[in-house]
Amino acid sequence: MTRLIYDGTFEGLLTAIFEIYDRRLTVVNLQKDGTGSSALFEDELQIITDDARANRVLKGLKTRLSANGVQRVYIAHFAGMEHEENNIAGYIRYAFDTQQNIEDDYGNKYVQRISQIVQMMRREKHRMEAFVRFQKLQDDTYYAAVEPDFNVLPLLIRHFKNRYADQKWMIYDVKRNYGIYYDLHDTEFVAMEFSASAPAGNAIAVFSEHEETYQHLWKNYFRSVNIASRKNTKLHLRHIPKRYWKHLTEKI
Amino acid sequence: MNVDRVTEKLNILADAAKYDVSCASSGSKRKNENKGLGNASNGICHSYTEDGRCVSLLKILLTNHCIFDCAYCVSRKSNDIKRAAFTVQEVVDLTINFYRRNYIEGLFLSSGIFKDADYTMERLVTIAKKLRTENNFNGYIHLKSIPGASDELMREAGLYADRLSVNLEMPTEAGLKLLAPDKNRQDMIDPMAFLNKEIIQRKEEKKLFKKAPMFAPAGQSTQVIIGATPENDQQILHTANHFYKNFNLKRVYYSGYVPVLADKRLPGLNTAVPMVRENRLYQADWLMRFYGFNVNEIVNSQQPLLDLDIDPKLGWAIRNMQAFPIDINKADLHMILRVPGIGLHSAQKIVSARKFAFLNWDQLKKIGVALNRAKYFITCKSGDYEKRDLTGTKIKQFILAESQSKYLKNVQSQLNLF
Ligand code: SF4
Repeated sequence: MTRLIYDGTFEGLLTAIFEIYDRRLTVVNLQKDGTGSSALFEDELQIITDDARANRVLKGLKTRLSANGVQRVYIAHFAGMEHEENNIAGYIRYAFDTQQNIEDDYGNKYVQRISQIVQMMRREKHRMEAFVRFQKLQDDTYYAAVEPDFNVLPLLIRHFKNRYADQKWMIYDVKRNYGIYYDLHDTEFVAMEFSASAPAGNAIAVFSEHEETYQHLWKNYFRSVNIASRKNTKLHLRHIPKRYWKHLTEKI
Repeated sequence: MNVDRVTEKLNILADAAKYDVSCASSGSKRKNENKGLGNASNGICHSYTEDGRCVSLLKILLTNHCIFDCAYCVSRKSNDIKRAAFTVQEVVDLTINFYRRNYIEGLFLSSGIFKDADYTMERLVTIAKKLRTENNFNGYIHLKSIPGASDELMREAGLYADRLSVNLEMPTEAGLKLLAPDKNRQDMIDPMAFLNKEIIQRKEEKKLFKKAPMFAPAGQSTQVIIGATPENDQQILHTANHFYKNFNLKRVYYSGYVPVLADKRLPGLNTAVPMVRENRLYQADWLMRFYGFNVNEIVNSQQPLLDLDIDPKLGWAIRNMQAFPIDINKADLHMILRVPGIGLHSAQKIVSARKFAFLNWDQLKKIGVALNRAKYFITCKSGDYEKRDLTGTKIKQFILAESQSKYLKNVQSQLNLF
């Protein structure tokens, strides 16, 4: 068993794949730098990310998978779930070692797992599209704080840009401490310094004039549409898990 | 804006609109091409009420004043309640400001009847027109057409709205006569036919001229109230089927009657809302629209009622044991779709995956098949078909016993919490 330590980037992962083929390794264990414990009797290989090698692997992958298939691998990686690199690497190796396109081979454990991860990402993306609650600030920016389970902000850009083309907005991932900002033309990634007295989730101090009115109206609306005789808490919680509540205007 | 007054109106007019179930905001493809506000494409549920229903649109009445007296309706003339009416501008402002904050996908606007059908309908249309033309709004708009409104207004409504609906309210004409003596079923069917004709015609135009304006791109839907009148499921689903076939309806919504009024003609005030039945009707409706079932396979004169303890697909399967077991690695997609416990996505995955290798139980489970139900109806690579000689009745017992014990476990753990 060879342990491959890589830097956690997609290019690093692809470089590791290159090494596996270059050195004809068969049994490997891929680990992000600093996440694993060193085991005795294991060969250890430090992967130095190499863009040229990564690119060759990516090019090869593109001949084996559809554009959509390549994108799924990418999404599965930047989801940033712990200890998934071996499944992603397994998927890539399975694609290389098989003549036909393997994307739909749902009986295979790697295809199954990647499909699961992508599904989880999609679901989280969809939840964020639903649960983002913008608050209008004095400078006319619409600001929202979120705490998604997985790293989905990059997947949200297109949706929000298409939808809110005529307002400035920012969606900030409090957990991962970065956000996306749209300035009426382009979007960019931003990181902000928040102080303890004004944490990222709290923008009340800079609300625009009518912001509180509309939050109040929305809360009222939410209460009015409930039908008490049909109350179903289990179903309610399945749709809006509690961990999302603290950023939902109607639930605060 | 007078915040208190608008708050009060919102409370009254959202409360009055909440029994209308059509909240879906999908089926339209309105793009934001003009750097304006919003798009209507994928129908997001932004929140959920405590009763578990999706909140996707600002669903309100323009007014709950009404000249009619339908027995099942809280806004009926003879009901002694607070009345309110929004101004056109108030509805526009609420919609835009809620939309900008990502609370909603758009507006669902319905109304009591102020003076006459046209007078009311005209106001609904004005609101939609203002949103589209003055506010550059591309979000979803669903207008409920007022029965009896003129064709001219209906046509204009179709130019601004994504979806239009005319509610049938009662599954049969007799039911309607009983509870809504002021209303006339033909007044509902005429606009449906008109819309259907118009939608088809505009679609043809759109094929020829790309620039031709959209007309109700998300089509039309309707709602029927369940359990206020004595119709059985066969009558209800046949009505739905008739409207799907002849009027190209996109959706029929089934709304379990919530007793809100004491009236001799209606179920008593403490009657439970028929929630399970409503759910079974939706499941049956799905089978008709997506799973290739004919309405007569689901309900017929031998089987006029849907089973309340099992879903209609399982019901069909155990009445048709001669069709099973099917070999999951060979059967047609259309038969796989008929297996209880296999949904649309799983069925498609199975058909893709088996091109590589035959599938076994474990793989089926990982693909997302609910084996606790499906195992009685299929064989796969593993050969050992679970329960070869069971009758339909036995299978039903097994499945119920299993879900019962799951249910009990849940109850148990909930009790432990307190
Ligand atoms: S016409 Fe509509 S609003 Fe008026 S009482 Fe009948 S159902 Fe209610």
